[in-house]
Amino acid sequence: MNGREAVLSRVRQSLGVTGKEESRRREVAERLADVPRGVIPARGQLPDEERIALFMKQADKALATIERVPSAELVPEAIAMYLRSKNLPAELKRGEDPRLAALPWERAPQLAISTGPTGGRDLVGVSHAGAGVAETGTIVMLSGPENPSTLNFLPDYHIVVLSAGDITGDYETAFDKVRAQYGAGVMPRTVNFITGPSRSGDIEQKLLLGAHGPRSLHILVVG
Amino acid sequence: MHLTSPQFKSNVDHALHDAQLQKALGNVRAGFIDKRAKAAAALPEFEALRDNARDIKDHTLAHLDLYLEAYEKRVTESGGHVHFAETAKDACAIISSICKSVGAKTVTKGKSMIAEEIGLNDFLEADGLTTVETDLGEYIIQLRHEGPSHIIAPAVHLNKEQVEADFRRVHKDLPGDRDLSEPASLLSEARAVLREKFLAADVGITGANFLIAETGTSVIVTNEGNGDLTQILPKVHIVIASVEKITPTLNDASQILRLLARSATGQDMSVYTTFSTGPRRPGDVDGPEQYHVVILDNGRSSMLGTEFEDMLRCIRCGACMNHCPIYHSVGGHAYGWVYPGPMGAVLTPTLVGVDKSGHLPNASTFCGRCESVCPMRIPLPKMMRHWREREFERNLSPATVRWGLSVWSFFARRPKLYQFSTGLAMRALGAFGRAKGRFSFLPLAGGWTKYRDFPAPEGATFQQQWKAKRGAA
Ligand code: SF4
Repeated sequence: MNGREAVLSRVRQSLGVTGKEESRRREVAERLADVPRGVIPARGQLPDEERIALFMKQADKALATIERVPSAELVPEAIAMYLRSKNLPAELKRGEDPRLAALPWERAPQLAISTGPTGGRDLVGVSHAGAGVAETGTIVMLSGPENPSTLNFLPDYHIVVLSAGDITGDYETAFDKVRAQYGAGVMPRTVNFITGPSRSGDIEQKLLLGAHGPRSLHILVVG
Repeated sequence: MHLTSPQFKSNVDHALHDAQLQKALGNVRAGFIDKRAKAAAALPEFEALRDNARDIKDHTLAHLDLYLEAYEKRVTESGGHVHFAETAKDACAIISSICKSVGAKTVTKGKSMIAEEIGLNDFLEADGLTTVETDLGEYIIQLRHEGPSHIIAPAVHLNKEQVEADFRRVHKDLPGDRDLSEPASLLSEARAVLREKFLAADVGITGANFLIAETGTSVIVTNEGNGDLTQILPKVHIVIASVEKITPTLNDASQILRLLARSATGQDMSVYTTFSTGPRRPGDVDGPEQYHVVILDNGRSSMLGTEFEDMLRCIRCGACMNHCPIYHSVGGHAYGWVYPGPMGAVLTPTLVGVDKSGHLPNASTFCGRCESVCPMRIPLPKMMRHWREREFERNLSPATVRWGLSVWSFFARRPKLYQFSTGLAMRALGAFGRAKGRFSFLPLAGGWTKYRDFPAPEGATFQQQWKAKRGAA
């Protein structure tokens, strides 16, 4: 008997089932199809503007920095200003995401921009988020050819562009967006929920920013 | 990790006289309790989420065979491989053969309690592989050849001076006069050293907090980002997780995630919650080329349908040990194996045998704090009592314990008498102890109070308080 059969049959023996029970199979199939939402915190269930405000407040609490940019055209200048405020070189690496590619980068001509995944030599990475979640100020990153996951982790500074319209109240609604985009039961290779910059409390339980991931997370909420 | 649970008593003796350890343990009391309380209080739905999380896990366990099959199907559809392992040895052998199949030399590891449970590092090292722990706490204890002393803060037993000494001993090519006096300098040194290891690794091994049947996804939760660098940089990602990590849907996992970080560190959400499904897709520019999941049983299936089934709801948040007066006094290593504190006192006997760990279920004041903070509502004291009873039946207990238990069961079988006499005793203890809040000596409990303070009862038994509460509601 192989490991698979051995484990499954031991589970069934302990549960006193065969695995063929119609009612059990139906219950499982229904839960997987219906994806019940359970208890949703009231805190995120707000009209648009208040939900965006909550997202910004919670991201700040998680020690991200965050600014609101009225329109997408202003993003390149906002990025250039952020880099200047941190005394960083005007250089960045970004994915090929069409929403980033379409930005008027010529409005910040000082920026030296490269695209693609990072091998760890880039100080600054710029990504576009798939969604934001207001209840905890979390950004949701979806991997793909145009959105490399390495940009979320290797650069010291991670700058994330998020459309205000993509901010949901809760995680469950963010997953609804993923299901709508990829189909039921299907996920991109990597979905990163990111809440603030990397940190560790492993030495004497003192919280320190900048463990293995980015030391700073800067979010631009657009619109 | 070498099992020393049979020597629990001498471990305790040792721990109580270890000044460094006692200093470090102060960080547990100071670091976790208030933060959890604040985070829980700030979310009005916290208690309702606990109920729902318990129900989700109970439902999953009752249908575990079917959810395992559904999960496996989705992983396969997304191009990944699922391997089932009955025992620790099977799991190690499977992982080792995957590493060999790609000619791996270096393996990076995200923090995984299951990897500790199965002794994975020793196994792989014996097979000629170099393993590198990448969670800061795990990295530190690996340098010291120690096991973790806490399930989410593996190096909580250490002070920064000890870490500094280890870094100076191991990172020999760095200047000897560098300043490592602050935790921040220790962290940035570890970051730089480990960055090289991440980029050089052939295989990355992580654990999983959830395996999602809806999508065939494994989920890790970290604050450092080490688990992510472990799994996106090498060409092979191996996940090692135990059977009970199966969770039906992404929504179900979301419910439990709202409890996990709040109960563990008092954060609303950990920094990185990562959902991984299969290997890199056509066109992807990064991510692993192979994705394997090893699902471990190692005795868990035999807990289903028994009085220990509730333990399989555990999400390894660590709240029970953070709130345990015994853990505060002796730390994690005294428990003698990978799982310390109340959850370890219940789980270790199931996994290594009660004959080798029979003292652990006695390491309890039955104060009930662990159960009151457990997000999954696991009745830990009740299960420790089950172990004591089994141990009693097997006649393994020392004579004094047998005597104490038979007195207890005489009363327990006569509820009226039990209520009356415990009520009397509680009022008496409450009156004596209230001034200080703790007893450092109790008649008839010398074996206990020799080493520990006994929390002073608050003047009414639980049953009386419960009645009064219900009357008021
Ligand atoms: S038993 Fe409960 S409190 Fe303890 S680690 Fe498990 S889930 Fe957390």
